[in-house]
Amino acid sequence: METSSKTNRRDFLKLGLTASGGLVLGFHWSSSSASAIDVLNEAALPVGDINFNSYLSISSDDVITIFSPNPELGQNIKTSFPMIVAEELDADWKKVKVVQAHLDTKKYDRQLTGGSGAVPHSWERLRKAGATARQMLMEAAAKRWNTSASTLKTDTGYVIHPDGRKLTYGELATDASTIPVPTEVKLKDKKDFKIIGQPIHNVDNLEMITGKPLFGLDFYREGMLHAVITRPESFGMKLKSVDSAAAKVMPGIVDVVTFKNNVAVVGKSTWEVLKARKALKIEYEKEGNIESTSDHDRLFKELLDKSEATVRRKDGDVEAAFKGAAQVIKREYQCPFLSHAPMEPMNFFAHVRADGVELVGPSQTPDRARMATATLLGIAPEKITLELTRLGGGFGRRLQADYALEAAELSSIIKAPVKVTWTREDDMMGGSYRPAVRYRFEAALDASGKMIGYKLRGVGINAGNPTREDNFPSGAVDNLLIDSHEHKSPITTGAWRAPITNFLAFAEQAFLDEVAVAAKKDPVQFRLELLDKAKQTPTGAIKYDIDRMKGVINLVAEKSGWGKKKNLAQGFSVYFSHRSYVAQVAEVEMKKGQPVLKKIYAASDCGIVINLSGARQQVMGGIVDGLGHALYGQVTFKDGAAVQRNFNNYRLIRYIEVPEVEVHFVDNGIDPTGLGEPALPPTGGAVANAIFKATGKRLYNQPFSLQEEMKAVKLGEKM
Amino acid sequence: MAAYSINVNGESRSVDVAPDTPLLWVLRDSLGLVGTKYGCGIAQCGSCTVHVNGAAVRSCSLPVSAVGSSKITTIEGLSKDGSHPVQQAWQEVDVPQCGYCQAGQIMQASALLAKTPKPTDEQIERAMNGNICRCGTYHRIKEAVVLASSKMK
Repeated sequence: METSSKTNRRDFLKLGLTASGGLVLGFHWSSSSASAIDVLNEAALPVGDINFNSYLSISSDDVITIFSPNPELGQNIKTSFPMIVAEELDADWKKVKVVQAHLDTKKYDRQLTGGSGAVPHSWERLRKAGATARQMLMEAAAKRWNTSASTLKTDTGYVIHPDGRKLTYGELATDASTIPVPTEVKLKDKKDFKIIGQPIHNVDNLEMITGKPLFGLDFYREGMLHAVITRPESFGMKLKSVDSAAAKVMPGIVDVVTFKNNVAVVGKSTWEVLKARKALKIEYEKEGNIESTSDHDRLFKELLDKSEATVRRKDGDVEAAFKGAAQVIKREYQCPFLSHAPMEPMNFFAHVRADGVELVGPSQTPDRARMATATLLGIAPEKITLELTRLGGGFGRRLQADYALEAAELSSIIKAPVKVTWTREDDMMGGSYRPAVRYRFEAALDASGKMIGYKLRGVGINAGNPTREDNFPSGAVDNLLIDSHEHKSPITTGAWRAPITNFLAFAEQAFLDEVAVAAKKDPVQFRLELLDKAKQTPTGAIKYDIDRMKGVINLVAEKSGWGKKKNLAQGFSVYFSHRSYVAQVAEVEMKKGQPVLKKIYAASDCGIVINLSGARQQVMGGIVDGLGHALYGQVTFKDGAAVQRNFNNYRLIRYIEVPEVEVHFVDNGIDPTGLGEPALPPTGGAVANAIFKATGKRLYNQPFSLQEEMKAVKLGEKM
Repeated sequence: MAAYSINVNGESRSVDVAPDTPLLWVLRDSLGLVGTKYGCGIAQCGSCTVHVNGAAVRSCSLPVSAVGSSKITTIEGLSKDGSHPVQQAWQEVDVPQCGYCQAGQIMQASALLAKTPKPTDEQIERAMNGNICRCGTYHRIKEAVVLASSKMK
């Protein structure tokens, strides 16, 4: 069914001609009614003028250009967004050119990447942008042919007359720029989509596979200096003294500069500053708590047993339910800190001049970097430009502005253009980790195996609220208590892909698997019964969509042949995070008495799939990411310093360790709900539950590979 | 500092750098060939992979003084326009996510296929296991290596 979409007069603006003549249309990426992106503090985001978020231009020589303002870090936004515009424009995808826009809060709002939020926020607006331009092109053709636009149709870059005559969009673009912007346009019937849902290739593929300078570290400029910065090795220490005499006289070294707790070696090449850094003699002194992982382990136990806590959700009478229970299951789960470890380490270029500041680099939140720089240097934000490069991964690390701010501060001191490069060691020691968390789950079952009580306490190091109190199974249990504690530490933490849920989902899904076994129920059936209960007799607020969750459960059960495979042990997991639903089944096969992880099935409901190739990538990559970190990832601390500092002991999953992955999507036609993160959280649970099925051994702590229970387990033998 | 003349992508290039300067930084800082990436600096991730006389080598751990008259090929020299069978396969399979590690992956795969045009799964595993992809594109890397193998003359 076609839908008619009304547009506020301020939503679109005809901006006149392109250089070669043609139509330029300004529009917003994101809907003004959009809700806050959940991993970010909305208050910290730029408010900005009511202005235009992007531009669509159609030149008279038939080139369609779309500016993409959002940072691209592998989530494929630079390809997916323009696909939506091109769909409603009915354009020829081959003629669409995508240009990365620089930070411009006058033109764009919400130039950021985080929370799997971009597509859901922008979906309708992007469609309207394309449909509005299409309507104007049809009006222009109608005028030329002296007919009514309603008699015309479009097809892949042409407006077509009933008698078969046709004009290209390029031929009509200049005329279209004289047509008033329509306030009501028709959006396509979803069944007529030609571009959306197709496997469209990444628009930057050619540049990436030929090694073109795309990333922050690839930025070079004549006369630019290079710098590395030594930060305190331990959290809780501060700089006491620096002897830089030896470093200063080394070849290529321009200066050694100290600011805050940083010692920056500035020189003419990366290698020269790296070498000179080793000649620094730096002393630090204690400033705060100096913590080790053993302290955290002890602290977790104390916090879990504390009588009071911050209550996150309370339904019914939990104490009574546990008192009257026929069976109580109580389990604990713990995860370590993780490094984000994007393949491109942190870096930024800054040139602070008397008349303004130029910043260039990879950031998920460029305006945060700009505003922080403005505050630090006492410069008006308008005098700061920020050019966005492609990001060599982000995973949440590049939501922080620290590394851009350091570059700006250094440039302001040395009064020269400088690129600050972090080594991998700097990156892994430098903080903003996924917080370490420990959970205690308790379930009360009655004699029939019904879950009548549920308790969850989460305790974390700088984790904020480590629970997601309104997630399943909340609403499906009559008596429930979810509470938490936070320990404030000098060790810095931040959002890490699928914040909190990246581990919480494993803990919860592993626990529910154990509860299902105790209740003598099939784990899939157990979830479905709980969901039925939440639907029929909900307790408290239900903030997830029961039917969508059941949809992915049923699809993955069907595709994986759940419960029907004789020689394979299957483990199930389902999770709702951000706005989407993903269920997974992992399969483990016993080979010569050893369990081998063979395959993971995933069923995802992210609403309409925009780009089938990119969406499959997000699911497969999310599973590999979730599996790899569940198996191997950990940063431990000794006397405040990270022990793991590079890929030799911070182990990432490799080629041969990846099982086969089969990806399915629920086709329900609802508006897109995002996919950058939701496929990651369920993986650990599915794998742990399959290992239990195969070996009878339960996993409670990550990384799995270091647990005693894993000694006999062989994982990821072959794809 | 010392003057070195090294053969990169079929051209003789002169650089004046310290003898222990890794080839990676010579390529990036001195020669402007930034397709070769820094990822770890200790030959653990493979982002900096180049060909030295046709073999895949981690340029972060090869000092310029050891290069001598060896022929260096970087991603920029694999083909002028992305037409090498491995690059074509990478596009057809739509491998990259963030893209940062992919030049290293392509150099690793192309060195394998130059020597072993029809590799077994095990040979592919052995060759590709040293290259980390943090986005987890391994399934498509495998698909692309197999496709590239079918394109090799």
